[in-house]
Amino acid sequence: MSELSVNHLLGIKHLNAEDIQLILDTAKEFKEVLNRPIKKVPTLRDITIANLFFENSTRTRLSFELAEKRLSADVVNFSAASSSVKKGETLVDTVNNILSMKVDMVVMRHPNPGAGEFLSQHVDASIVNAGDGAHEHPTQALLDAFSIREKLGTLEGAKVAIVGDIVHSRVALSNVLLLKKMGAEVMVCGPTTLVPKYMHTLGVRVEHNLQTAIEWCDVANMLRVQHERQDIKYFPSIAEYRAQYGLTMEHLDALEKPIVVMHPGPINRGVEITSEVADSEHAIILDQVENGVAVRMAVLYLLAEKRKLGKS
Amino acid sequence: MSKREIIDSRELNIALNRLCCKLIENHGDFSNSILIGLQPRGGQVLGRLVKLLEAQYGVIDIRTGLLDITFFRDDFRRRPGHLQPNKTKIEHLVEDQNVVFIDDVLYTGRSVRAAMDAILSYGRPSKMELLTLIDRRFSRDLPIQPDYKGRQVDTIASQRVEVLWEEEDGRDAVLLTEPAS
Repeated sequence: MSELSVNHLLGIKHLNAEDIQLILDTAKEFKEVLNRPIKKVPTLRDITIANLFFENSTRTRLSFELAEKRLSADVVNFSAASSSVKKGETLVDTVNNILSMKVDMVVMRHPNPGAGEFLSQHVDASIVNAGDGAHEHPTQALLDAFSIREKLGTLEGAKVAIVGDIVHSRVALSNVLLLKKMGAEVMVCGPTTLVPKYMHTLGVRVEHNLQTAIEWCDVANMLRVQHERQDIKYFPSIAEYRAQYGLTMEHLDALEKPIVVMHPGPINRGVEITSEVADSEHAIILDQVENGVAVRMAVLYLLAEKRKLGKS
Repeated sequence: MSKREIIDSRELNIALNRLCCKLIENHGDFSNSILIGLQPRGGQVLGRLVKLLEAQYGVIDIRTGLLDITFFRDDFRRRPGHLQPNKTKIEHLVEDQNVVFIDDVLYTGRSVRAAMDAILSYGRPSKMELLTLIDRRFSRDLPIQPDYKGRQVDTIASQRVEVLWEEEDGRDAVLLTEPAS
């Protein structure tokens, strides 16, 4: 196999099928590393990584930090709440200040779509997008794909339904782009107000009935209702959303074949899925979290590999 | 570029049998020993040795593993192209065991250095040894020498030594590849 075709991970949009395959295959070997008695390799010992989080995050930030430390990289953390951003500093100035401390790679979460892309044009560091607004969240899509592949054996022909708040979800867009590139069939399902109008142009099925969606799919990826991004009422009440789109054990028990239930977290228990479903054998939510570290190690490893010494 | 056969199937078989006998001399029934093939090419030597030990010498239940050293290499970001990791499969505890690393060709010794580093992630072996089918002597970058060697060959840096296996390549042989002059 050859190297990644990109120097940054800004979105699934920029990756080709070979890149995705390379990341998933490499992640498989890193998952083995994570199950050793000593879960650390020295590969990135001469790399320094800055984690810049301009938006709240718990699991993604922890997952990246753990991945970096397992690879022996030096890590600096930055969160917008306690920084000079509050004093009016621009993004490029903030990042250039950090880079002048000899940082090689930047993992960034930012509320503005395209922030990572903008940064990649202005600074000399490898950029990893850890979520930019409602645009993309590539490492989440990669870890979801890794988890599906682990469960079903292949992505080719897998039927994946993405259910819930599609319009505010960067996870949904990255998942759709990745799954389509890898030959999976994708359906999005949610209330009409939460499914973007032009979704079908991405080559996905659009469905508004949960029952139809789960009868069709092999995997149901239940997205979180993003209350914090909803400036207006998109549905009448939580109770009504739960009644129409909440996945319950009754749904799963009535199906002819078992399906895999995924959730990118954090879960609103009792809204998009019930506690019983979240804790059932159908759910691979905690596997997704474990796989997240391995996938992020693979991404960092492959991007670092492109920063050949003498060129970086 | 020209290829020359330096060891044929019969000679290779003799060398493998001799290596088996030497291993038995030092490891007895292998109850405290684990044979670890270094990826990607050590696995074939390991497979062949285990087959011989079982069939010809009656040694059973030999514990084995495969170790990939990619993440422990010292040339990450220093060479062009991609370093593709291979599968690691170590299902036995190496703590207080005698570990024998097995590879096809020993050249600079850098892979073995990485292997010694990598195996420590699985515990602290009481002893580490090195078995190599072919030893390219006078070409070491590090103070590493094999404990068991099938054959020694004298080569220069521009040459390549390639081991062929019946199972994959259709015949057993060792080839020396000369660059085009």
